[in-house]
Amino acid sequence: FLAGFGSLMQDVLWCFSQVKGTIDIGVTEADIISTVEFNHTGELLATGDKGGRVVIFQREQESKNQPHRRGEYNVYSTFQSHEPEFDYLKSLEIEEKINKIRWLPQQNAAYFLLSTNDKTVKLWKVSERDKRPEGYNLKDEDGRLRDPSMITMLRVPVLRPMDLMVEATPRRVFANAHTYHINSISVNSDYETYMSADDLRINLWNFEITNQSFNIVDIKPANMEELTEVITAAEFHPHHCNTFVYSSSKGTIRLCDMRTAALCDRHAKFFEEPEDPSNRSFFSEIISSISDVKFSHSGRYIMTRDYLTVKVWDLNMENRPIETYQVHDYLRSKLCSLYENDCIFDKFECVWNGTDSVIMTGSYNNFFRMFDRNTKRDVTLEASRENSKPRAILKPRKVCVGGKRRKDEISVDSLDFSKKILHTAWHPSENIIAVAATNNLYIFQDKVN
Amino acid sequence: MFVRGLKRKCFDGEEDIEGTLAGIKAIPSYNLQRQSLLDMSLVKLQLCHMLVEPNLCRSVLIANTVRQIQEEMTQDGTWQMINTQSTGQASLDRLVSTDILCRSSRDQAEGKHVPAYGTFNKDFESDQAQDGSETMSTASSVQTPRNLQSNMWEMENPQENKGNFQKSLDQIFETLENKSPNSVEDLFSEVDNSYYDLDTMLTGMMSNTKMGHCDSLETFSSPKNTASNSNCKSDLNDLDHIVEILVES
Repeated sequence: FLAGFGSLMQDVLWCFSQVKGTIDIGVTEADIISTVEFNHTGELLATGDKGGRVVIFQREQESKNQPHRRGEYNVYSTFQSHEPEFDYLKSLEIEEKINKIRWLPQQNAAYFLLSTNDKTVKLWKVSERDKRPEGYNLKDEDGRLRDPSMITMLRVPVLRPMDLMVEATPRRVFANAHTYHINSISVNSDYETYMSADDLRINLWNFEITNQSFNIVDIKPANMEELTEVITAAEFHPHHCNTFVYSSSKGTIRLCDMRTAALCDRHAKFFEEPEDPSNRSFFSEIISSISDVKFSHSGRYIMTRDYLTVKVWDLNMENRPIETYQVHDYLRSKLCSLYENDCIFDKFECVWNGTDSVIMTGSYNNFFRMFDRNTKRDVTLEASRENSKPRAILKPRKVCVGGKRRKDEISVDSLDFSKKILHTAWHPSENIIAVAATNNLYIFQDKVN
Repeated sequence: MFVRGLKRKCFDGEEDIEGTLAGIKAIPSYNLQRQSLLDMSLVKLQLCHMLVEPNLCRSVLIANTVRQIQEEMTQDGTWQMINTQSTGQASLDRLVSTDILCRSSRDQAEGKHVPAYGTFNKDFESDQAQDGSETMSTASSVQTPRNLQSNMWEMENPQENKGNFQKSLDQIFETLENKSPNSVEDLFSEVDNSYYDLDTMLTGMMSNTKMGHCDSLETFSSPKNTASNSNCKSDLNDLDHIVEILVES
């Protein structure tokens, strides 16, 4: 029951569109992509990497001359968002790796995004400049000051066109509010506030105020010896500005209402699935740890990703998810090896498509998976250079679990666990996806008929 | 990542590890596997000292795993067996592997202006097993109940602050959150030079189970800075003892 290779008309056929990044065999660690995010219109696609850089791609206008090239994404702006820092108090380095990027909705000609590393959130303004003033009185064209005594006449500076320049400027720096590592940021639907979550606390910020934040969740125990659970992800409800959820390393999700109390330690709803006793092992807790939580666009559902599954929860039902999808259950018998090589701690993200009908998440060997919630069909695709011919249709992949391996299948033991797809993004309204494979960004689109 | 000094034994292929392996010689016994998992977990907790602060989520999950194993071992009585084993000389190999685990206390000893809770820093690659505190605190936390361990940290070393560990820990976290410089100075004035770090605490929290009284542990010193070589040597002997207990099963 794989999504057939074009067997049904309503099946989406995914095609390769573009790939960004180098093909070098040795990957520079700084180039490893650590977050991918479309903006609210899908016009812009931002990536952050381990080197603290942000690269923004812009979709070009569709041209009538080349209708099959449906709006390619080209580099729009590149800037260094975060630099490595040293925490002298703790004698520790603070990584410049960009953990998350979140766009603000566009309210004027400029674009705004939040980017964060482990400790500091920054608000960046990305704006275009295509004119510049010329004809200053007090300085010449190079910017050097003119001797006032040499000025004999006054003129009015005029704006003249120039080559388009895209500038990124840091407008706000929200620092010194997190003792632990920030794992999530989420813009509130009021567009005035946002939250940042670390392992033990969640803070609420106003965009205009950088020297103050409100702590809204604090799960740090008085005695750190009692610490057994951490916050792994958090997100605001897409429509209700008082509601947010956060997930934990024990596989639970808490929904909180900021109207009830200043400190939302007591949840309004608690989502947890009872453990399956037949599957219990020493690794049960680790694989139940939730690595990502996302509200559906409708706001009616939340999706969570743990090590082996993706689950969809109805906000009105706390005792179990309404849907569970197996991402790579064949790894269940390999958990010890994956624990030994630390892969079991990999944090995969998950995304909804624009209509909340399909969900996508990554796996190993540069595989990523899509699950159609309506048809219950799923497909495994691969982001690789071999499938990178323009408009080449992606062929579904299959992992062979045991017994005879068919020709195009790959056995579990042949999977490359260093090639992991942790970060993916789905265009808000079209079937365009961005998949980060280590240092490469793949863009796939559905086939144009 | 390959864990040095440990044989690779895995549960792979064994979904049901509840004792159905008895007759199969090729597959290690459940106890052996479990012990191997415990050892691996303890080393993982140690090995997360890097230049960058370790991943708290990972540390917590590993610590919880260790606690689970401990609880199970307590329930089926294997825990007592390990504790009563006689100590032999640790082989050089084992000592080498635990060298990795030991952190240098030189910085503190030299009185550098390094915060007491110097933490997960590069001293990790230090050659000398001067500060056996890391392994020892790990070992001792594995083998002691939390109560006993808190007592341990609070008792001896009369020349250092007694019973300040917990208080200092809270101070550390308050300081981290509090930006005022005064509290930082307070911190330095009151906290002793012991090697506080989250890892020590996390290894400390692994031992949640109430255990029987453990004689051998009374000889262990607290996980504090051992400035002198003589302390170091006795620590090394204790270290042998612990490693022997840990590795042999």
